[in-house]
Amino acid sequence: MLHVSNLNKRYGDLEVVKNLSFSVPAGQCFGLLGPNGAGKTTTLRCCLGHTKPDSGTIRLAGLPVPERAREARMRVGVVPQFDTLDPDFTVTENLIVYGRYFGLSARECLARVPKLLDFAGLADKANARIEELSGGMKRRLTLARAMINDPSVLFLDEPTTGLDPQARHLVWDRLKALLNEGRTIVLTTHFMDEAQRLCDRVAIIDHGMLITEDAPRALIEREIEPVVVEVYGEGVEDWFKEFAHTHSSRAELAGDTAFCYCRDPEPLMKTLESKPELRALRRAANLEDVFLKLTGRDLRD
Amino acid sequence: MTEATLTATLTDRAPAANRWRFVHVVRRNYLVWRKLIGSALVGHLADPLIWLVGLGFGLGSLLPSIGGLSYMAFLGSGMLCYSVMNSASFEGLWSAFTRLKMQRTWEAILQAPMTVADVVIGEWVWAALKAMLSGIAILLVMALLGLVESFSALWVLPILLLVGLTFGGLALIVTALAKTYDVFTYYFSLLLMPMMLISGVFFPAEQLPKIVQYVAQFLPLVHATKLTRGLVVGTPLDNVPLHVAVLLLYSIVSVLTAIRLVNRRLAK
Repeated sequence: MLHVSNLNKRYGDLEVVKNLSFSVPAGQCFGLLGPNGAGKTTTLRCCLGHTKPDSGTIRLAGLPVPERAREARMRVGVVPQFDTLDPDFTVTENLIVYGRYFGLSARECLARVPKLLDFAGLADKANARIEELSGGMKRRLTLARAMINDPSVLFLDEPTTGLDPQARHLVWDRLKALLNEGRTIVLTTHFMDEAQRLCDRVAIIDHGMLITEDAPRALIEREIEPVVVEVYGEGVEDWFKEFAHTHSSRAELAGDTAFCYCRDPEPLMKTLESKPELRALRRAANLEDVFLKLTGRDLRD
Repeated sequence: MTEATLTATLTDRAPAANRWRFVHVVRRNYLVWRKLIGSALVGHLADPLIWLVGLGFGLGSLLPSIGGLSYMAFLGSGMLCYSVMNSASFEGLWSAFTRLKMQRTWEAILQAPMTVADVVIGEWVWAALKAMLSGIAILLVMALLGLVESFSALWVLPILLLVGLTFGGLALIVTALAKTYDVFTYYFSLLLMPMMLISGVFFPAEQLPKIVQYVAQFLPLVHATKLTRGLVVGTPLDNVPLHVAVLLLYSIVSVLTAIRLVNRRLAK
């Protein structure tokens, strides 16, 4: 459904995307993960034909992009990172006016509206003004708007940033429903739990380059030890120097917390028994651990 | 069915829409305008009425006729252009910039199968149509005051549209380059206002220094004023093709430039 090969894009001296290649088969959910400034949004913009790459080829819905991007977008729905709803219109009017951009008549749009509002959990808000909606409702309405043309592929740029847990779960639930209908989803996120929950495959990119790509579970198994022990409290540094490296396969101290990655955590846990001032959290490794291992803990601004 | 053929079938659904996609943008703006129609119409009618009556009666009683024309008639036909210019500029500056930057309306439209050219042309045509409405309001006020000679004054309508396209296009260039609203004030007070003063809107330009008249010839407003004055109150009309050509040139070149600039701005 989407094929990107050897994509390059630079702004001035800054290489934003470097030789990036990936493919998204129909019906899959593909996640582009990366720290801020990794090139996620630029990659999406190139895929949709809004930004012209310096080199590389893109095919979206069987059509070459950017050459035939406009036609390809007939089959695409987009949920941008920022709210772009029309504040002058009601919920229903937003959907109808947007449908017209796809060449749909008001009648065709109106026929689709009830189902879309149901889907977005906004059935009782049909005539509400946009300013009356909460952040979660706006995001769901944007998702409904992206569905007005019954797209085969959906692009979502950080779909749940800024939403509370209830609203995020509702969005995830809706996205899963769309995947069950056989639609393809391409999303960017820096929430690893979101990626782990939704994506069939994820690509981790940093500084515009693909670092690794696989199913989330496979990435965790391949890239990282299965158990993580987080230790913090008074005297954690001394404990870290003495035991962390000898009892775990990889360990790092970030701020006041020691992260120890192990296959067998028992020997490490034993060393903690005599140190009641230290608190330990033992958990299964997740995608976030992989992400931090591959992209580092440094802040990106 | 392969992906390509499926896409082809789907995209063939709206083949006729191709050239006319900009109409969706015009329509969007019209629907918003319609919601505020009360205040919009009051503005369209009251503003010129106040000017025309205030200046016309006030100044008009002091002034002799201008080339056989009452000052009110002179002023009214000038105000037609001035008002269309103002309205198109306002729409192409503040309103379009709000949709571009604050509301991200253009960004949303471009996620659909629409192009930058569709959006800019839509805004351009909308600005001209809305501006034409201001012109029509003045024409109506003038007719009520008995200043319009005959129904042939209706020939001025396409000219008003052209004036709207001219200033809508120029405004969209400024909008494409603007970082904040501030620059629009400068555009108005440093470019449009001086141009208005040398283009024969409120007083005849013929009494101005030759050099000023020479400069004015290259600006669109003087050509617009000559056309509307001739058509509405019957001053001699000559060089019509030249005046129309200047306005057409400004319109087309400005909108093409605006498309290029917006393309460049949004491709980042």
